[in-house]
Amino acid sequence: MNINLTLIGQSITFALFVWFCMKYIWPPVMGALEARRKEIADGLAAAERGQHEQELAEKRAVEHIKDAKGQASDIITQAQKRASEIVEEAKGDAKTEADRIVTGANAEIEQETNRAREQLRQEVVTLAIAGAEKVLKREVDKDAHASTLNDLATQL
Amino acid sequence: MAGEALTASGYIKHHLQNLTYGKFPESHEQAGSWGFAHTAQEAKEMGFMAIHVDTMFFSILLGALFLFIFRKAAKSATEGVPGGLQNFVEWIIEFIDNSVRGSFTGKNPIVAPMALTLFVWILLMNLMDLVPVDWLPQVAGIVGSTVLGMDPHHVFFRVVPTTDPNATFGMSLAIFALTIFYGIKIKGIGGFMAELTMQPFEAKSIPMKVLLLPINFFLEFVGLISKPISLSLRLFGNLYAGEMIFILIALLFSSGIGLGIFAGVLQWAWAVFHILIVMLQAFIFMTLAVVYMEMAHHSH
Repeated sequence: MNINLTLIGQSITFALFVWFCMKYIWPPVMGALEARRKEIADGLAAAERGQHEQELAEKRAVEHIKDAKGQASDIITQAQKRASEIVEEAKGDAKTEADRIVTGANAEIEQETNRAREQLRQEVVTLAIAGAEKVLKREVDKDAHASTLNDLATQL
Repeated sequence: MAGEALTASGYIKHHLQNLTYGKFPESHEQAGSWGFAHTAQEAKEMGFMAIHVDTMFFSILLGALFLFIFRKAAKSATEGVPGGLQNFVEWIIEFIDNSVRGSFTGKNPIVAPMALTLFVWILLMNLMDLVPVDWLPQVAGIVGSTVLGMDPHHVFFRVVPTTDPNATFGMSLAIFALTIFYGIKIKGIGGFMAELTMQPFEAKSIPMKVLLLPINFFLEFVGLISKPISLSLRLFGNLYAGEMIFILIALLFSSGIGLGIFAGVLQWAWAVFHILIVMLQAFIFMTLAVVYMEMAHHSH
């Protein structure tokens, strides 16, 4: 229980231990703790950011799908419209063509009729002339009564 | 234990005597020379010029052990996943850091490492109390008699440094010096003296101040001085009492088989309870040291 030099020795020992602890133990451990705390905080922040970004991406994806759907239905509508237009056009064309053909045919028929009629007329004229020639062979000069005969032929 | 006169009081006295190395007094036959004290009387006569070899040995050994382990962990400390040792060290350091933050508001890089050193060091020294009281002194007796050629009865050996008031006072006086140093550094010499003389009784007029000065100074000075004394005596008293009870229990071992078994149970029970005291005293010493530092940094 004697108080002696041990007192001073202990004080010095204590001071040295505190100095060593302050210099070589406390800073690196606290540094590591602080760095880890920061790393964890950063990681959490990054995770939150990632989640937020994912949510945004999902929203964007939904919008994209909606847009695509709209565009697709637009395209389909346009295509249907175009198809019916094409059909209508084709119908119109066909009708015009048919009309043209019919008209052409009618014209041709008329032409043929006219030609046949003309031919018939000529033949009738020729026949009539032939008949008349035969009748009038003697008294009517073919050249002198040609105009009269032609008049007659047109009236037929 | 060893020796011819094995009485209960002799046993206890032997266990409470430090291994003292010092300068023999004038009255001694080896006056002026240095050596180990052979008896408690000799150790006492050596006065201040002596050193407790066992206290110094164990305190330095345990302190070095603490610093070695913590330095090892600190050197390889990474911010990644910590290993077992680093985890343990970080756990203690965070615990100390939290309690220091709780009671110390100033900015001083010395306080937290000081608290860590105090806590772990005192804890380790206190834990030496749990080693059965005769083991290490017996080993020391054998070593002393075979290596140094001493009478084993004269090899005193106390393994718990904190049961030596020199150790506890050494720490508390160092803390006391720190508190005074920072008190003067922060508040200035005037502020420090004002704190000693202008309270607790405050006065407006100068004559009243002068009148109250002696009373204030007396009260504050007693308060100032009582801090290191109570700090060290609390730790010393608790550990000394604990060690004394271990010694008394150990006495029962030599009193027959029934009492021996009873003593074994008692020793176990007291050791379990003592773990609590050991931790608590280390924590209280650390916390109070931090509180005293806080008081030095802020005027109250």
